[in-house]
Amino acid sequence: MTDGWHLVIGLEVHCELRTETKLFCGCRNMFGDEPNTNVCPVCLGLPGSLPVLNQRAVELAMAIGTALHCDIRPSTFHRKNYFYPDQAKDYQISQYDEPINVDGWLELPDGFRVRIERAHMEEDTGKTTHAGASGRIHGADYSLVDYNRSGVPLVEIVSAPDLRDAAQARAYATELRAILVASGASDGKMEEGSMRVDANVSVRRSPDAPFGTRCEIKNLNSVRSLGRAIEYEAERQITLLEAGEAVEQQTRHWDETAGRTETLRSKEEAYDYRYFREPDLVPVVPDPEWKAAVADTLGLMPAQRRARLTELLGQGTDAVDGRRDQVATVVDLGLDDLVVEAAAAGVPVTLALARTANEAATDAEAARRLDLGAYVALLTMEAAGSLSATQSKAVLGELLAAGGGDPAVIARAKGFEAMSTDSLTATVAEAVAAEPDAWARYRDGEDKLAQVFVGRVMKATRGQANGKAVVAELQRLRG
Amino acid sequence: MTAAPTATEVASAVRSGTVRAATVLEGHLAAIDAAEAGIHAFNLVTREQARSDAAAVDAAVDAGHDPGLLAGVPVALKDNLCTRGVPTTCSSAILAGWRPPYDATVVTRLRRAGAVVVGKTNMDEFAMGSSTETSATGPTRNPHDLDRVPGGSSGGSAAAVAAGFAPIALGSDTGGSIRQPAALCGVVGMKPTYGTVSRYGLVAFASSLDQVGPFARSVADAALCFDVIGGHDEADSTSLNRPTPRVLSVLDDGVEGMTVGVLAEFLDGADPVVVARARAAAEALAAAGARVEEVSVPEVALALSAYYLIAPAEASSNLARYDGVRFGLRVDADDTVAMNTATRSAGFGAEVKRRVMLGTYALSAGYMDAYYGKALRVRTLIIEGFARAYQRCDVLLGPTTPTTAFPLGAKVGDPLSMYLSDVCTIPTNLAGHPAISVPFGTDDAGLPVGVQLLAPALAESTLFRAAAVVEAAAPDGSGRGGGTT
Repeated sequence: MTDGWHLVIGLEVHCELRTETKLFCGCRNMFGDEPNTNVCPVCLGLPGSLPVLNQRAVELAMAIGTALHCDIRPSTFHRKNYFYPDQAKDYQISQYDEPINVDGWLELPDGFRVRIERAHMEEDTGKTTHAGASGRIHGADYSLVDYNRSGVPLVEIVSAPDLRDAAQARAYATELRAILVASGASDGKMEEGSMRVDANVSVRRSPDAPFGTRCEIKNLNSVRSLGRAIEYEAERQITLLEAGEAVEQQTRHWDETAGRTETLRSKEEAYDYRYFREPDLVPVVPDPEWKAAVADTLGLMPAQRRARLTELLGQGTDAVDGRRDQVATVVDLGLDDLVVEAAAAGVPVTLALARTANEAATDAEAARRLDLGAYVALLTMEAAGSLSATQSKAVLGELLAAGGGDPAVIARAKGFEAMSTDSLTATVAEAVAAEPDAWARYRDGEDKLAQVFVGRVMKATRGQANGKAVVAELQRLRG
Repeated sequence: MTAAPTATEVASAVRSGTVRAATVLEGHLAAIDAAEAGIHAFNLVTREQARSDAAAVDAAVDAGHDPGLLAGVPVALKDNLCTRGVPTTCSSAILAGWRPPYDATVVTRLRRAGAVVVGKTNMDEFAMGSSTETSATGPTRNPHDLDRVPGGSSGGSAAAVAAGFAPIALGSDTGGSIRQPAALCGVVGMKPTYGTVSRYGLVAFASSLDQVGPFARSVADAALCFDVIGGHDEADSTSLNRPTPRVLSVLDDGVEGMTVGVLAEFLDGADPVVVARARAAAEALAAAGARVEEVSVPEVALALSAYYLIAPAEASSNLARYDGVRFGLRVDADDTVAMNTATRSAGFGAEVKRRVMLGTYALSAGYMDAYYGKALRVRTLIIEGFARAYQRCDVLLGPTTPTTAFPLGAKVGDPLSMYLSDVCTIPTNLAGHPAISVPFGTDDAGLPVGVQLLAPALAESTLFRAAAVVEAAAPDGSGRGGGTT
């Protein structure tokens, strides 16, 4: 369908900052609280109230700018005027022509650089729920507004139109999300709306042709929706153009269930926001010391984190190529510190990476809170053979549920008492005696027959034995 | 007819225990009862809360505590200052019955200093007007002549002080809304440097111009009040985080060695009697040792045009929140947009609608630079013009208003002539500078004339020193002690 056509995509990502309080008042910035409990005269826009800028929000915005290699500049706030019930003051305080971060870039895992035009601060609106069949404002029976979100700090990150297909857009959103999490600026939860993506999509006949007319797609609630919406929208535009019709500049709404975009408003219906300088606030002028302090507190970014793991695995080896997905997973989920710490304590990197990417990752939130010492102790036991892989995974499940603990104690409580060497030797000897033919062939070099004995030992010990220890004993007996 | 006591006298007597705050309050409530019906200075008299506040002040004195600089002083608040649990309407139907959940910072500071709030004063709707005739609760009348306007927009506060309802009132000054009614009512009215008095809890009209300030019957009372309400406030980002000048202590320092510039542009077009009074005030300053010269700041002629773009532009945004969704009036309709429209159509008066439309237009795509952008550049020119004058002069002097109080109804049908009554006060707001109006004699009909003094940013000390000298030289009957109890 897209044969002979080229896509041009730019993304606008709104990210809620992880501050204790809102952007312009002292109310708690907390998702999921009882509606309209985190409110005050300022975030309700009551007459006479005035905004006071949250310094922590500025620092997190600067952290994002630093992580995206932006120029951090003196900046001002403007008012964006439009009427909407969830907009408490009927204007939004946002940055306009003097944003705090400009001219940066983001490098995708494959090395492609996407230019960042700006990353500016603004306040979030309240959240409206429309009661009625459509769930939209038109035809609603009534609407409820929760102002807990009103005034929550946002940074809007605007990419240049550098992305060329849906996969690249998905990669950008994924990488940006990881950067926002790694910088401590956001929890990056698209499902809770703390990261929201709008896509500008246009098509053209050749990669050198001028940009076509674009449409902006809103309501993309996951990376998957982003990809689907871009593919749908590109097809829609191509169909129009191939039929000799024109693409109209529009804002369109992605309907996840129907799998299509619909007109929200046309260019003619676009708001005139009447931007002007917010007279209730003064310019933000970060001095070099402040910028340096923010840069100093910034942790490693995902690209650096991936490189760190790759280096641990050993450059250019098969071990690296086969584990790219594991590396990407632990970095995306912010679990790579677990791997690095375990490796530093002497746990084989491949084991630490596998347990982290496969098991710990199943409950990433718990894993991020997991006591590092406990995790390292567990993997050390597994590496030393005192716990089997199966046992180790079971203990890890307990650790994640409890947030920590002593893996040795948990193992004992589960009856995972490591078998003594004597009893293992005896059990292996029984297995060898029970399979004389297999033993003869194993002794002659058929290594894979070790599995016969391992299976017997496991059966006899109800899975308590360590497979590696059994093989080691077999090799010792073989001489 | 006995002169009502000044705030300085009241506070001193209450602090020393020679007079009870309750007695002071009842005297002022009696004055209100006697004359308020003919004047309509108040939207609301908070009688019971005032009695309980006065009792608390007396209890503090009895317990040996000092209630503060304004102990037992009755104060009236313009009805655009938020008062916790007490209706704050801006004299607009759209806010009828709205009770703020918080006090404005200036209100908190007055209460902490022992002041007793007696009520909320009438004003032009959302402070848009120069006669208090755009109020949804009806006009306030000038205590000196009930057929004339008190000026505006803080007409209720000016009238309350002139009528002896309270020794001190607070107003807000966006384009002259303290100084112009002070001049027309024969009281002192002062606009501080932008950023020296917190705007937190002042319902916004034009945020970059609004400033809260005092009305009083003497320069000393105005100084006392300014010292109480001024100073940094973390809740207002435009509040200057630097020491605010304390003016009470320098009031008697005189003007010897000061250079006073008589501002030619303010004399042009003013009534001859007003011009004569301004010149007489300049002579009084010269007699007290100041050097007086004529100065010209031609840029101030552009101020009115710039102001009527900047102020409405900001107002169009500030007043957007009166949409019927969260507070105040709601007129129900079929959908949200229709409800917004119906609410605003019913809730706003004609002058507010006119300015919201003017401001919306001035900010619209395609017109923004030609109107709002150009007005901002003019504002810079005015600041530069004043800076030039202040290289030579310590203070500038001129009339506060081109005329004395005009009859009710005389200008309501002609917005432009109404706007022109602020021609001498607006330039100071655009520059962010302090200025004060001091009563200085009357016209032939016995109506008060105000003389205005202007000073550079943060030069309140200089301003008050000059004002004290002008006040001391004012002819009898200039308004001081004009109230009765």
